[in-house]
Amino acid sequence: MTVTPLGIPRRLLEFTIDGEPARVPEGSTVLDACRAAGKDIPTLCEGDTLRPKNACRVCVVEVEGSRTLVPACSRRAEPGMEVRTDTERARHSRKIVLELLASSVDLSTTPKVAEWIKEYEAKPDRFGPGAARLHEEPKVDNELYVRDYDKCILCYKCVDACGDQWQNTFAISVAGRGFDARIAVEHEAPLTDSACVYCGNCIEVCPTGALSFRSEFDMRAAGTWDESRQSETTTVCAYCGVGCNLTLHVQDNEIVKVTSPHDNPVTHGNLCIKGRFGYQHVQNRG
Amino acid sequence: MDLHFGDSKPTDEERAAVDALLGPPESSWEGADRTDADLRWARGGRAARDRRDLLLPGLHAVNDRIGWISEGALDYLCRRLTVPPAEAYGVATFYAMFSVRPRPATVLHVCTDLACTAAGAGDLCAGIEARLGPGSGVSVERSPCLGLCERAPAALAIRAGDPVRTAVSAPAAVEAAVLAASAPDAAPEEPPAVAAVPQAGDPSLLLRRVGVVDASSLDDYRAHGGYTALRRAFELGPAGVIREVTDSGLVGRGGAAFPTGRKWQATASQPDHPHYLVCNADESEPGTFKDRVLMEGDPYALVEAITIASYAISAHRAFVYIRGEYPRAVHRLQYAIDQARARGLLGDDILGQGYRLDIEIRRGAGAYICGEETALFNSIEGYRGEPRSKPPFPVEKGLFGKPTVENNVETLVNVLPILTMGAPAYAAIGTGRSTGPKLFCVSGSVERPGVYELPFGATLGELLELAGVREGLRAVLLGGAAGGFVRPDELGVPLTFEGTREAGTTLGSGVVMAFDDTVPLPRLLLRIAEFFRDESCGQCVPCRVGTVRQEEALRRIVERTGAGAADDIALLREVGRAMRDASICGLGQTAWNAVESAIDRLGAYE
Repeated sequence: MTVTPLGIPRRLLEFTIDGEPARVPEGSTVLDACRAAGKDIPTLCEGDTLRPKNACRVCVVEVEGSRTLVPACSRRAEPGMEVRTDTERARHSRKIVLELLASSVDLSTTPKVAEWIKEYEAKPDRFGPGAARLHEEPKVDNELYVRDYDKCILCYKCVDACGDQWQNTFAISVAGRGFDARIAVEHEAPLTDSACVYCGNCIEVCPTGALSFRSEFDMRAAGTWDESRQSETTTVCAYCGVGCNLTLHVQDNEIVKVTSPHDNPVTHGNLCIKGRFGYQHVQNRG
Repeated sequence: MDLHFGDSKPTDEERAAVDALLGPPESSWEGADRTDADLRWARGGRAARDRRDLLLPGLHAVNDRIGWISEGALDYLCRRLTVPPAEAYGVATFYAMFSVRPRPATVLHVCTDLACTAAGAGDLCAGIEARLGPGSGVSVERSPCLGLCERAPAALAIRAGDPVRTAVSAPAAVEAAVLAASAPDAAPEEPPAVAAVPQAGDPSLLLRRVGVVDASSLDDYRAHGGYTALRRAFELGPAGVIREVTDSGLVGRGGAAFPTGRKWQATASQPDHPHYLVCNADESEPGTFKDRVLMEGDPYALVEAITIASYAISAHRAFVYIRGEYPRAVHRLQYAIDQARARGLLGDDILGQGYRLDIEIRRGAGAYICGEETALFNSIEGYRGEPRSKPPFPVEKGLFGKPTVENNVETLVNVLPILTMGAPAYAAIGTGRSTGPKLFCVSGSVERPGVYELPFGATLGELLELAGVREGLRAVLLGGAAGGFVRPDELGVPLTFEGTREAGTTLGSGVVMAFDDTVPLPRLLLRIAEFFRDESCGQCVPCRVGTVRQEEALRRIVERTGAGAADDIALLREVGRAMRDASICGLGQTAWNAVESAIDRLGAYE
């Protein structure tokens, strides 16, 4: 029998989004309300299994009475709030944020960003050929996953997943400051010298593909990665008694990547090294 | 917490530096050699993690003794405090005054910020770098504002050792700065704090004791009216103090001008305990040095004011966060706190009233962003000094997640005259909406730079006249790098929060920097942009990348005008608008202010 936790009953509060009345349970964010109302607000650093960091600022909306724009992902809805999601002011900031990111970071593997750049008419090239970029080489220092920080938008999700929100391993942190800030282990050491336990929960939450399975990285480099030819099968991990769900991504009858459903009430998309990376034996055809 | 440590070991000296701060380790769980007994018990959990706020003092301890923070030293500190090494590394690399790479024991910070650049810091730097090249045993670092603008150009030498030694050279010439770096102990004594107060001797409320009392003597302080305000506070009771402060109309002097009484009331009424008081002495806005002068010249006044504020909000622990570039202020204030504690003016039973308070000093380590109130909390707590998102506001969840009042040094010191003269008399000073006296930090092209105390409402022209403004005035920067420029024909602007706002500019923290026509404006704007680029914490995209794009555009047009600059100015406007609208904190939100005002008001690039 599946038990769905209902939680304590929550009061509904009323406010308006783009002039339309909205009713959401107390504690909901503006973003929750906007999504419930069918508004499409872009997000990058927001994660469905993590507390909002509101670092990317691509989800900003206008709230009546607020001096600055407000990040929809983290601002809780309040009764009587007047939210406007599609004003020229909000769209301007989203456009600039997209331009700033696309001009400094490799967003080629970030889902949806190409659509947003088109929708907001962002022109990342306008900063000229001399515009500073991250210029990071992929860090390939272990057999399991690759850290390609040229694709990192510094959303903090991997740090939060590795730290006290999920894994409690604390292998990575943001080091440095400003434009020079990077995700790093202590003293920029290779991952193999760090506290990393290779659970891959950072890969699960990475929104840009900066963190990827070694198999995906190699296939992309070889030009053989093709998501249209992949099937996804959700099954149960066979290693221990917890029974975590695994989603196997299979291309040409080979497992190329393993994820885990975020809506699983026990694991919320988290796995351990065995579930995440220990799949080779099933395709050892000897 | 199951932490992973590398194999690096601290040197004996590094270990000694950490142990001098934390005491010797009690077991292998805290970094001592393992004994058989250690295998039979474990230490961990909340008790072990609760000392995370000692991480920043620990990093200082190592950096002060050795000059940089090695892998072994960082690992040992992490073991002592049960902090993950990756996080500690993230904290250590956040601050400009720490290095995680080997460097010489002596670092000479040469200020290249606005006032110093206008006073010839460029040549000074080149001269010093020519003398102190590799192998000289001194690392020369170009630094943001050192808060010595009245004596520009300035340099600060820090020599690691036990104890760490510092020397200030200002106004600095190549020879004097090289001497300060190569022999800090032999460098001439810094002039007294009163040298920065051209009005010394005139009647005033905030500066009256600077230069009059012996800054180290508690008796002298009391002989000059010290601790009468605290006695008055005990007569009034906490609610009475808050009422007086509210009635006085005092608003925060750090730049945001929030009503102080309202902030205190909101914190005092929080049911969650403990409450904390934090004094923001991270005075890093380029051109600001008033808090330094107050702390160096009249440190007991700040101790008394903190005691009153803490009493009003029922706090029993207060912190003063002083920027790392102010060694003398740290030293003087620490001495004052120790004296006050020894004499029963801090501790368990202050003045026999049964009220308990202790004050701790925490040193910053070179990060402008830590002056932002929530970034400062994170810095004290041992995390990277990144601003938190608000709400929740500090009055509800501040330091250690508890209700906290954070006030600037100048704001707190204003509480003393409010209590001694009474709220109505205080409110009669200044204008209706900006009450009381205000300190202004005047520097640049004036005969008598320094801290000036004027009642709110005096005009910019009156202030500049007092300071002896020189011929050929081209522009005045109000409020520092986050402020805005005004023209020489706008000297009638009243120096009040509302007056500057109506004139489309800002008072900020009270910076008034005068530039004459010999200083190329585009170079100044580029320096401001470099400052924000260097000081952005990197958390949000508009500020992290926007400040970089702003600097690039200003660099492109540094020699251009008119149509040649138009495209880049349009770009700057668009990026600036997004930084102002979408950044998390005041740093990004104001990073474009000064540049915008220079374009719109001064016609830079025309």
